[in-house]
Amino acid sequence: MKSHARVELSKPVSDEVRKTTCYMCACRCGIDVHLKDGKIRYIEGNRDHPVNRGVLCAKGSAGIMQHYAPARLKAPMLRTGPRGSGEFKEISWDEALGLATRWMGEVRERDPKKLAFFTGRDQSQSLTGFWAQQYGTPNYAAHGGFCSVNMAAAGITTIGGAFWEFGAPDWERTKLFVLFGVAEDHDSNPIKIGISKLKQRGARFVSVNPVRTGYSAVADNWIGIRPGTDGLLILALVHELLKARRIDVDYLARYSNAAWLVIDAPGTADHGLFARDGEGRPLVFETVTEQAVPTGSRGARAALSGRFTLPDGRSAVPSFQLLAEEYLDPKYAPEAVASKTGVDAATIRGLAAEIGRVAFDEAIEIYEPWTDVNGERHQSFVGRPVSFHAMRGISAHSNGFQTARALHMLQVLIGAVDCPGGFRFEPPYPKPLEAHPRPHGKAEHFGSNQPLSGPHLGFPLGPEDLLVDEEGRPARIDKAFSWEAPISAHGLMHMVIANAHAGDPYPIDLLFLYMANMAWNSSMNTGGVIRMLEDKDEETGEYRIPRIIYSDAYSSEMVAYADLVLPDTTYLERHDCISLLDRPISEPDAVNDAIRWPVVEPDRDVRAFQSVLIDLGGRLKLPGFVDHRGTPLYEDYADYIVRHERRPGIGPLAGFRGLAGDRVGRGAVNRDQLRRYIENGSFFSAHIPAEAQFFKHANAAYQDFAVRMGFFDKLQPVTFQLYSEVLQKFRLSAEGLREPVAPEIHRSRILSAFTPLPAWYQPLEEAALDEEAFPYHAITQRPMAMYHSWGSMNAWLRQIHTKNPLYVPGAICDAHGLKDGDWIWVISHHGRIKVEIAHSDAVNSRTMWTWNAIGKRGGAWALDPKSPEAEKGFLMNHLIHELLPPKGDGMRWSNSDPVTGQAAWYDLRVRIEKAEPGETSEPHFSDMAGLRRGEEVPAELRYGQEWSK
Amino acid sequence: MTSLPPAPTPKQLGLVIDLDVCVGCHACVVSCKEWNTGGYGAALSDQDPYGPNVSGAWLNRVHSYEVVPDGGEIVGESGEARIVHFPKSCLHCEDAPCVTVCPTGASYKRADDGIVLVDESMCIGCGLCAWACPYGAREMDLAAGVMKKCTLCIDRIHNETIEEVDRVPSCVRTCPANARHFGDLADPGSDVSRMVAERGGMDLMPEQGTRPVNKYLPPRARRPLAASAPGIPLAEETDGAKGFFAWLDGMLDRI
Amino acid sequence: MHPALSIILFTTISGLGYGLAAVLGLGMLDPTAVPTKVAHFAALALISGGLLFSTLHLGNPQRAWRAFSQWRSSWLSREGVMAIVTFVPLCMGAYAAIFESRHLVVSGLIGAACAAVTVYCTSMIYASLKSVQAWHTPWTPACYLLFSAAGGLLLGVFFAAIAGAGGALMQMLALLLLAAAWAAKFRWRREMLAMRPLSTPESATGLGHIGQVKLFERPHVNENYLTREMGFKVARKHAEKLWRLAVLLGGMMPALLLVAMPAASGWLAVALAAAAVAAHFLGVLVERWLFFAEARHAVMNYYGG
Repeated sequence: MKSHARVELSKPVSDEVRKTTCYMCACRCGIDVHLKDGKIRYIEGNRDHPVNRGVLCAKGSAGIMQHYAPARLKAPMLRTGPRGSGEFKEISWDEALGLATRWMGEVRERDPKKLAFFTGRDQSQSLTGFWAQQYGTPNYAAHGGFCSVNMAAAGITTIGGAFWEFGAPDWERTKLFVLFGVAEDHDSNPIKIGISKLKQRGARFVSVNPVRTGYSAVADNWIGIRPGTDGLLILALVHELLKARRIDVDYLARYSNAAWLVIDAPGTADHGLFARDGEGRPLVFETVTEQAVPTGSRGARAALSGRFTLPDGRSAVPSFQLLAEEYLDPKYAPEAVASKTGVDAATIRGLAAEIGRVAFDEAIEIYEPWTDVNGERHQSFVGRPVSFHAMRGISAHSNGFQTARALHMLQVLIGAVDCPGGFRFEPPYPKPLEAHPRPHGKAEHFGSNQPLSGPHLGFPLGPEDLLVDEEGRPARIDKAFSWEAPISAHGLMHMVIANAHAGDPYPIDLLFLYMANMAWNSSMNTGGVIRMLEDKDEETGEYRIPRIIYSDAYSSEMVAYADLVLPDTTYLERHDCISLLDRPISEPDAVNDAIRWPVVEPDRDVRAFQSVLIDLGGRLKLPGFVDHRGTPLYEDYADYIVRHERRPGIGPLAGFRGLAGDRVGRGAVNRDQLRRYIENGSFFSAHIPAEAQFFKHANAAYQDFAVRMGFFDKLQPVTFQLYSEVLQKFRLSAEGLREPVAPEIHRSRILSAFTPLPAWYQPLEEAALDEEAFPYHAITQRPMAMYHSWGSMNAWLRQIHTKNPLYVPGAICDAHGLKDGDWIWVISHHGRIKVEIAHSDAVNSRTMWTWNAIGKRGGAWALDPKSPEAEKGFLMNHLIHELLPPKGDGMRWSNSDPVTGQAAWYDLRVRIEKAEPGETSEPHFSDMAGLRRGEEVPAELRYGQEWSK
Repeated sequence: MTSLPPAPTPKQLGLVIDLDVCVGCHACVVSCKEWNTGGYGAALSDQDPYGPNVSGAWLNRVHSYEVVPDGGEIVGESGEARIVHFPKSCLHCEDAPCVTVCPTGASYKRADDGIVLVDESMCIGCGLCAWACPYGAREMDLAAGVMKKCTLCIDRIHNETIEEVDRVPSCVRTCPANARHFGDLADPGSDVSRMVAERGGMDLMPEQGTRPVNKYLPPRARRPLAASAPGIPLAEETDGAKGFFAWLDGMLDRI
Repeated sequence: MHPALSIILFTTISGLGYGLAAVLGLGMLDPTAVPTKVAHFAALALISGGLLFSTLHLGNPQRAWRAFSQWRSSWLSREGVMAIVTFVPLCMGAYAAIFESRHLVVSGLIGAACAAVTVYCTSMIYASLKSVQAWHTPWTPACYLLFSAAGGLLLGVFFAAIAGAGGALMQMLALLLLAAAWAAKFRWRREMLAMRPLSTPESATGLGHIGQVKLFERPHVNENYLTREMGFKVARKHAEKLWRLAVLLGGMMPALLLVAMPAASGWLAVALAAAAVAAHFLGVLVERWLFFAEARHAVMNYYGG
């Protein structure tokens, strides 16, 4: 033993630790970046950070390889070859910004709507949206439209918040957790931490997901549901719970609109709307005095059922009466939905039984006196320890909005929203629908060289808020907030290129994109989108989308389609703020926000996109970015983060405000704010008082806290909207009963999707196709070790998923004589792909699936074009069209949810045919050889070898 | 010298891996790589990092298995197979065959805490230890020509320059699902030993006679949902909503 | 197991060398004959060549000297030590034969014994590995020793033929050992093919109590060190063909040629002996290739192979 060199046990890890925020996915964990000799030695989770509490996922730990990836862009570039070739010349920032300013300035003067600004994995939407508003184009959104807008919109419409950034299960106390399909790169570490905690406590975890990987693998029960039928399963649960009387009547009466009276006057413009008093307050029927009184009246004992006559003589019923009648219908019985959902009746009934048992027989109580917004004092918080979580799995269907609404309704029925053990809101949520802005973008909202009159995105409260012209034509390039997608609260990024190419509703001059790989994995119909980007006007010889400016840190496929490339920094080289004005990272117990700061300096000629945007704002002299003399207001993004105020005293960061840095939420600008954040580990956390922690929607102490923090300027309690009046207004328009009436062509679609009570309808693609011709579902799953297309340029992560097979259920393999390694054609109504398969039995027997965004185009991401990602990897996107198959009404309807415009990725139906073995998956696109020019790509990596001595 | 120290060593430091909660996220895999590529011994190299044959040395890898139960629960259209994610690194065996086969004495098991290590300055890169290990715990670093293996982060667990709470292997510290636990398995009172006792912690390939120190906690038994179906209380048999509203009125009266 | 050329050449060539050295040590060749002197040289050259091949697969061959230190536990170290030790009597014997034309009985016997022990050590490197079940049998050293002896005797017959000596005893012995070697090898292979795996995916994962375990996804998609080193697979049909080739070249042909030898003399006898040696050498190369290629390592239970 003596022969061994003594192991150096106490070698210092690094010279210095810098704490910042991860950006390897959307989770936004706190990280400790260890630096040694000026290089990154090690990245670990920040133990104090409220999001990850010290842990870190594979992506986070692989940050070193992301930061040093050869795919990083090095300098601004101007396209020299044709689009897609990847041929560029490097130019200076002065030249690049000068060019961008000229292009943008011309459009702003001529017709600002001709600039469309859309961002992808943007974590600075508060800035990008503000910039777009000051620029004055109505055409701005981030990527929510093809991500999870159904979830967000349904949640806000129903309970004033949704999952993930709006709330989380009470991991500490929940006893039954039901998880519907989630993207495993969203809230990933909190979910993993939470699942582990509840499993170790012996709580039951049920996963509803067609595929049994990831979280589903550790679920106590897996329900391998048929894609697109989650809503039906949820409504069957509601049916069973109603039948079993397992609902929280007190909770419903107090916190929901169950007692609100719905006018029953068929054929009139008010049918199905709430009866209101002169001040617009909804009425309930008081059972003691037997008269209709405004909701919230002290001492009122409101009826939840019955039929009543209003003072004006019209008949009305409590909305709950409609709800109970609807869902007690035998069409929702487990036996009735079993074959459609692929879940047997006993399992559905068993899940309902467990939900009911845990919610009511295992209720918990926290003895903490609190007062509700009606002034009533309560001695404790009563908890129904059943919690739910869902994401894209239910969201990315054309019936996703109503499915998400159904899930929230179920939560409210059992009294499990923001109670101990249930789903809990995260500040600044809950926030009632009315407290969100209305969308702006109508012709009267913008004009030459002027800002848009209000924020782009918001929630219409009825058809009168749509962004359409007199003829009902869309005002926005993506047709958001039009009759086609009325409540498209996040815009429809996936329709921008197709619409701009078609000139429908109008052509654009300049497409400005940030961090969105629209020429590859972020688009439906990828091949089609590539053609649209390459397509030229035959007369002028100009591209149909004449100019594209793109900013990204890496040489993604989209870079090759840009005319001007503005190279972004990596996440370790930049300032950022994870703001309460944007997509917050609060926890149910605490208000949180965070920053990023340059823990290493860029070694290339790159600039953080946000700073570039602020620079452009100055050059374009946009209000909000220059003072009255035209002098730029902000030096860079860091300066903006500290000094920008959205409302007086309210800025991007809530912590360390005020001259002394001792104010929270509201307070004067503190020039030392970033330093204080850095000292605090780059985040700020303010705890919610104990009496304000639950029932936030109706908790007086929480509402006061929210006003104090500056979330609102007045109390904003939420009444859960089980019955949605907003949706009913659209219905009335579609029936031609209420102004503005819906154009004829849109009526049947609105009537089928806009039910005021959550409903389930067959996904639109499925309904439009012959089931025999396309008998199977095909979906993607997010691998936990990758984030969208990010990861393939990362030498460590790409080893985990170097290519993706199509996982085919055993039953389908048997039917087609397939075994591992065989090749098949997968054919949809739109296209076909040829791929290698692998057999799996851990999946719904009618569903095949693959990992998302592993396939790459040769030449992109600084990978060898012969890499498995490019040769064997594939995208499902080629099978998915942005439009539905024609149905003979002269329209090609968008392949999205009719309510929100959410891209219906998971509605895909396919058939398969055995194929000859291949060398490459198909379609296979030409290499973008130019993108790899001059890249020095090492043949071997020995990261950290210099420290091994 | 590669004779094993007298067994058992006074301490048996090792890992307990909970297969019931591992979600297969690969966090431990990458954290291990980044800690160890700049830590003990030579860097963990990657060959062809941006090319077709990318492949590197890793000390911890997560496999995924489909386990098809005999007479398993089939729920409607669900398949019957379940997925088990399975992290695997060196098990620091009591009877470590990788140690005794080493011709140079580079491989050794520490007498005090039982950690199996490679002294890279003595390693000739013959690869025999990797052959001797049935678990695939050892991987040759192709750039350095020496054998790499899990050190239990020996340069963390005894490292006085880092906070005491962080003196655990990198994989343990980072695991988001808390599926990895570190401790002394020779001490029956340690958390890890108690976990093993309570959950029926198991040895991998006991038939190989290696007596691994690391233990795996098997997935917990699962109760089918359908078994709960009879638990749903039957409401009185009335058609549609009529009986329901009567009940509702009763409830409202009680509030 | 990956059939690495360096290791196959090492075991085959050094095995041949030690066999010849043993034949020489036992005094089976006339020490005064020139071909015997060449044989001594050849034995040393084969042994050294084999050992050199063995260093080719080392990551750090410059440290190879360290491999002599762990003889108390490591068969590889023992083999290294024995290889060096064996050189002493062999060189003494070679010196005496080449320069003094005489056979040193004591050092010859010691040399022969050492050669046998060295080959045994080589074989035990493999046979001691429980992780490779096919190798983990006493039949492995038996095969190595018998093939080495048979090869040595064939070479002995060859050198005797050049010297024009009859060598009938060696021919008989060679035939006998060839038969014994292949009998042992048949036995070895039958055992391997009929083997019930000691370890299975179920025992490797401990998940057998749930059901049948099948790999869903590898930890990393591409091949890695372990799968390259331990995951080599040869198709059953292909292996069967190679096996027949090995038996033909390594057993039947040399046996037939040996049987024909008494009828031949002079250069024809030399040619027959040379052909027997060459065939045997090639046959054993194939046998050795299969020894690796057909052996399954326990780790592959984790990799679905």
